[in-house]
Amino acid sequence: MDLLYDTLFNGLAIGSVLVLAALGLAVVFGLMGVINMAHGELMMLGAYTTFVVQNIFKAVLPEALFPVYILVAIPLAFAVSGLVGLLLEKTVIRRLYGRPLETLLATWGVSLILQQFVRSVSSAFAIGLLLAVVGGLLVPRLTPKQWWQQRWTPLLGTGSWIVSGLIGIVVASLLGGQRVLDQPWFSARNIDVTAPVWLRGSIDVGAVNMPAARLFIIALTVVALVAVGWFLQKSVWGMRIRAVTQNRPMSDCLGIPTEKVDALTFLIGSGLAGVAGVAVTLLGSVGPNLGGNYIVDCFMVVVLGGVGKLAGTVLAALGIGVLSYIVGSGSLLLVWPAMPAGLNELITFFATTSMAKVLVFAVIVVFLQIRPAGLFPQKGRMVEA
Amino acid sequence: MADLLSSRNLRRALPWVVIVVVALVLPAVLPPFRLNLLGRFLSLGIVALGIDLIWGYTGMLSLGQGIFFALGAYALGMYLQLSSLEPGQLPEFFSLYGVKSLPAFWQPFTSPLFTFFAIWVIPALVAGVLGYLVFRNRIKGVYFSILTQAALLVFFNFFNGQQKLINGTNGLKTDTARLFGLLVGSDAMQRHLFWLTVVLVIAAWFLCRWLTRGRFGDALVAIRDDEPRLRFTGYNPTAYKTVVFAVAGALAGISGALYTVQSGIVSPQYMAVPFSIEMVIWVAVGGRGTLIGAVLGAVLINYAKSLVSEQLPETWLFIQGGLFLLVVTALPDGLVGWWRQGGPGRLIAMVGVPPKAATYPSLDLDPEVQAEHSDIDTTPRGGAS
Repeated sequence: MDLLYDTLFNGLAIGSVLVLAALGLAVVFGLMGVINMAHGELMMLGAYTTFVVQNIFKAVLPEALFPVYILVAIPLAFAVSGLVGLLLEKTVIRRLYGRPLETLLATWGVSLILQQFVRSVSSAFAIGLLLAVVGGLLVPRLTPKQWWQQRWTPLLGTGSWIVSGLIGIVVASLLGGQRVLDQPWFSARNIDVTAPVWLRGSIDVGAVNMPAARLFIIALTVVALVAVGWFLQKSVWGMRIRAVTQNRPMSDCLGIPTEKVDALTFLIGSGLAGVAGVAVTLLGSVGPNLGGNYIVDCFMVVVLGGVGKLAGTVLAALGIGVLSYIVGSGSLLLVWPAMPAGLNELITFFATTSMAKVLVFAVIVVFLQIRPAGLFPQKGRMVEA
Repeated sequence: MADLLSSRNLRRALPWVVIVVVALVLPAVLPPFRLNLLGRFLSLGIVALGIDLIWGYTGMLSLGQGIFFALGAYALGMYLQLSSLEPGQLPEFFSLYGVKSLPAFWQPFTSPLFTFFAIWVIPALVAGVLGYLVFRNRIKGVYFSILTQAALLVFFNFFNGQQKLINGTNGLKTDTARLFGLLVGSDAMQRHLFWLTVVLVIAAWFLCRWLTRGRFGDALVAIRDDEPRLRFTGYNPTAYKTVVFAVAGALAGISGALYTVQSGIVSPQYMAVPFSIEMVIWVAVGGRGTLIGAVLGAVLINYAKSLVSEQLPETWLFIQGGLFLLVVTALPDGLVGWWRQGGPGRLIAMVGVPPKAATYPSLDLDPEVQAEHSDIDTTPRGGAS
């Protein structure tokens, strides 16, 4: 029995991180059919926000306040990732509406940029970037209006951005001469977040050892789920989001501001990624490549769960979590020590984390043969449904 | 004489001039290192041609071409490991893991004939089976992309984790083996391989052109533009998609085999997730739906990558990410598509030189007039994604 509880708890712990990570992705994908490849990098931003908050608490605030930094980090991570996501939606994804495959590529490009940004950002770099952006935005205001209605206006627009970008690069490299300004903020190394004391111990129930950090993540997941569920089901904007998910043209005709709904959904989805980032910092050190470790798993959760139902996401993530743990730890062998040699060998073969992934993905692909639209398919009469 | 030099004849002759220059002049001029790089990038052009077939013409974005690329590479790599051994000997790495006898699936690769077929038949079969399972359920669009990516991760984890079977992370070295009496890593052999690559790129291009013209090609484009309609007219899209996916898989296998002998190693990194997405961006930058664009894109981007990585390694990810964004937002048909649709002329027109118009100037040039007439748009590729 203890083994059963142990398996359930560990599977739940793995699954709850997946739920948290995939929740935002699922909401966005359900609404816009957009696969956000930068979702993992938004998680990474959340993780780095936690790191920064921790350092501020360590350096500036009294020590007594340190244990609560994680609670401060959660809303901040939500805000940072959410704002970056909003920016992404306003500048890139909006232009690619109705072209999901292009969106996929564009967001992948964004993810590369974000990764490298975290690696190489330094004070000089940030000042240069700021100058470039401000310059690019200011040019249209400082130049005569009629310049912007000419045949060569596109050239002017592109040119002004190129020039301000160059100015930014020159300033950054000039400032880079100063040691202090050239120091990268995070560099490519992994960062470690020290969990506050109350998250470091563990609680024993029977023979099951439950680390406090894992319990905290499970609790955080439940809170996030309840909040998202409440928002989607009970609030006005949640209703609008559901309406647009079901039928975009019809909602548009009925006066729902679909553009605002898109932006809001993207903000929420990205913000949830940030919260997931906070959770991930409790599991170990994190680095710029954090996103890549989670993104494909999140996709599988979304595909398996089906579109537009929270229950699908939760069930799929927990299913994947429990299955990965059972296969990866080889705990079937403990339950049934006297199994035939061939089967025994097979189970040992898959009893590592990466091989468990192989098996779990294979199971998912087979499952999709039976239920192509996932656990909870959306019903409809469209050809393309 | 004037006849011979007419622009039509010139345009026809141009590709052949380029080919002669690449095949005959460059090996004499370039240092071996640069020639080797060019050979590698040209062999990547073949996998790009395959992606162009399935994405540019058929509208299926596969993020898993690395599977087939690596399968072809491993097939040749295994043969090269075995070919230079005395009878009864084992490849060196096996002794590290205490493997006493050759695993069964290595046995056939002692035969050069088997290997010759394995390089392209195995990837084609794997692609065919995977494709059939997915297409049969009418899984497409973003779902297809995600599933291919998941399959890629499965293969990656498998090859990466199996030290005893295939030397895991370390991969197989190919440059110390002998092929036709020459050391694979030697300059002379590399020059022969370069010529072989040129020949195979041209052959692959002809194959793709033959496939995309005529009824088969029309069916592919129909699948891309409106699959249900094609099905309702009595065709079976599954068969077409499976065949074209298998062909792309075979091309990827050949490409991988050529790449591995020119880079000296085959490792699971060939199945890394970012590499397969990079392949897609080569096609996107070159111009999807234009076969020559795929090859051009592969060569240009990889050359740019190697140049930038030599000088400023930190900036490459920024540039690459920027390329992703640029190409999907501003250049949806890639460089070749932009060129063919009169892009340079429009650029010149912006600075005041009116281009030659085929019909009424306002109809050809004025964006507003064009917008009014967009319903009689006659360009061959409307905004399909």
